[in-house]
Amino acid sequence: MSSEEPLLQLRGVQKSFGAVEVLRGVDLTVRPGRVTALVGDNGAGKSTLIKGVAGIYPFDEGDYTFEGNAVHVKSPRDSNALGIEVVYQDLALCDNLDVVHNMFLGREVTKRGMVDEDSMEARARETLDGLSVRTLKSVRTHVAALSGGQRQTVAIARAVLWNSKVVILDEPTAALGVAQTEQVLLLVRRLAERGLGVVLISHNLNDVFEVADDIAVLYLGQMVAQVDAVDTSREQIITAITTGKLNEGDAA
Amino acid sequence: MSAVTEETQDAHGRDTLGSLARDYVAKLRGGDVGSMPAVLGLVVLVIAFSVLRPETFTKAFNFGNLIQQSAGVTIIAMGLVFVLLLGEIDLSAGYTAGTAAAVTSVLLTSHDWPVAAAILVGLLTGTVIGFFIGNMVARLGIPSFVVTLALFLALQGVMLTIIGEKGSIDSGEFIAKLNSDNLPVWLGWVVAVALVATYAALTFVSNRRRRRHGLTSEPNLLWALKSGGLAVLTFLVVYYLSIERSPKPNIKSITGVPISLVIIIGLAIVLTVVLSRTRWGSHVYAVGGNAEAARRAGINVKLVRLSCFMVCSTVAAVGGLMLASYSGGVNNVTGGNQTLLYAVGAAVIGGTSLFGGKGRIVDAIIGGTVVATIANGMGLMNQPDSRKYIVTGLVLLVAASVDAISRRRAAATGRV
Repeated sequence: MSSEEPLLQLRGVQKSFGAVEVLRGVDLTVRPGRVTALVGDNGAGKSTLIKGVAGIYPFDEGDYTFEGNAVHVKSPRDSNALGIEVVYQDLALCDNLDVVHNMFLGREVTKRGMVDEDSMEARARETLDGLSVRTLKSVRTHVAALSGGQRQTVAIARAVLWNSKVVILDEPTAALGVAQTEQVLLLVRRLAERGLGVVLISHNLNDVFEVADDIAVLYLGQMVAQVDAVDTSREQIITAITTGKLNEGDAA
Repeated sequence: MSAVTEETQDAHGRDTLGSLARDYVAKLRGGDVGSMPAVLGLVVLVIAFSVLRPETFTKAFNFGNLIQQSAGVTIIAMGLVFVLLLGEIDLSAGYTAGTAAAVTSVLLTSHDWPVAAAILVGLLTGTVIGFFIGNMVARLGIPSFVVTLALFLALQGVMLTIIGEKGSIDSGEFIAKLNSDNLPVWLGWVVAVALVATYAALTFVSNRRRRRHGLTSEPNLLWALKSGGLAVLTFLVVYYLSIERSPKPNIKSITGVPISLVIIIGLAIVLTVVLSRTRWGSHVYAVGGNAEAARRAGINVKLVRLSCFMVCSTVAAVGGLMLASYSGGVNNVTGGNQTLLYAVGAAVIGGTSLFGGKGRIVDAIIGGTVVATIANGMGLMNQPDSRKYIVTGLVLLVAASVDAISRRRAAATGRV
């Protein structure tokens, strides 16, 4: 699997805000069908890295390749056009709209000038069924009435609705209970099984070891290592997060 | 796909009056009260006034009168729904109505413009005012409360300037007829039947198509209840308005559906379609619900804000023509006094939220009827204006409280 052509590759990317260097030459590889966990302590640069990938804060330096081609991502529109979708921590859903309208927010399908509710609902249903989501009774439920896990599900389903290739999830389980965390992690796994490249930002190493194929550790703006999850122990990752050194040379 | 659709179809198969009622109660308990309090309030008011003033309140003459009294405020309220949906307010809508009516009236009577052109320019006056407010709010970021409070005063001055020294201007014959004339009885029935039949047919066809494709659809029973309810209500109203209602029938006969009612319903249908069936309408709800989410989803939030203020002021201009028509011209209080508060009250009483994101055009009609019924009934009881204002003010407070409480309830029960 890991020999497959990478979808997204960053080499030596740098980003600074004024005098503060947040990213100091970071490498990251996202392969199709694999979940890459991005871990690191607060202030390690995880969010900045993701915002750079998404084009919100474009990188200052470094190579950004997508499906083998060098690309310049300068705005969220550029990354969306490539097939990169980000699910932010605050989800960005409209409580007063139903699931269908949230999934098509800003990209409503029209027929003869009118919103085509039928095809939107059918596609929303299809996408949710494709992800084997059984927790949503009706796609016409207003998002205000959904639980945290269901809201996360809607946000993730919205990200895959547009035939995206890379989905980046920012702390998707941070606010969830045990059962709902389990559901969302299952969903994350399914995205990878569908051949998407998934980047999962998480502080929770249980989650990381449960779903991740790769683990990338950031420490003060530098990539400590991107390692195979099966070759690594939890202790090694904790050491890497806190000290910036992976104590065994085999993975780096 | 199959597991879920089978479940829904199963549920449809079991639909009974009982299950529909249970669903509705669950919706209410969840904080989604919609227009229910307003409809209940209206029923209570009608019963109360009918008991207290049986000889005047229930007369067909009074019913026709009530519709014409409420037309201006109801239409202004329909425009306000767009602004309220964004969580904004337009305090100048009343004087926008007055100013637009003054422009049309001056063009008609002092400059002998053709009717269509004068009305068009009047409506455009509203659009321009909305464009100005919208730019102030959306681009400069001034709170709409402040911008429209300033315009509340300024537009009053503009209107007085247009009216001139005489203190009032005539609006001409055509405008006068808009809110005083009636459709012939037969035409009223034709319109009513066409309206009900179109609604029933369109919803039936759409339901059948959606069911065939395995999408969510209304149960047949609910469809029958809704269509039947609409038919009964419409035919009762038209029947009542078709009775001779003139106090002196031998001098002047008054029968038929008032033209103002046709204008209200027609405008309501157009605005409802725009709001619930177009992309722009979806974006209005999205911006009202979560502006940041809308922005990230690529919706031009500023443009949506600007356009809502333009729609609000343009619709207010239509309301202004109805006000001018009712009072036989434009004078220094057209669109002033309690007009605006009644209009905001109408929308909020009907169920449109002051916090944005929730509201429908029909709310304005239901709420407008409540407000007009209070004013009309208390007038018949020879209550002074002072008490009328107190009662209407209290009703508005009650409606705003229902809105706030149901929001808290929705927040408390909505999320697990």
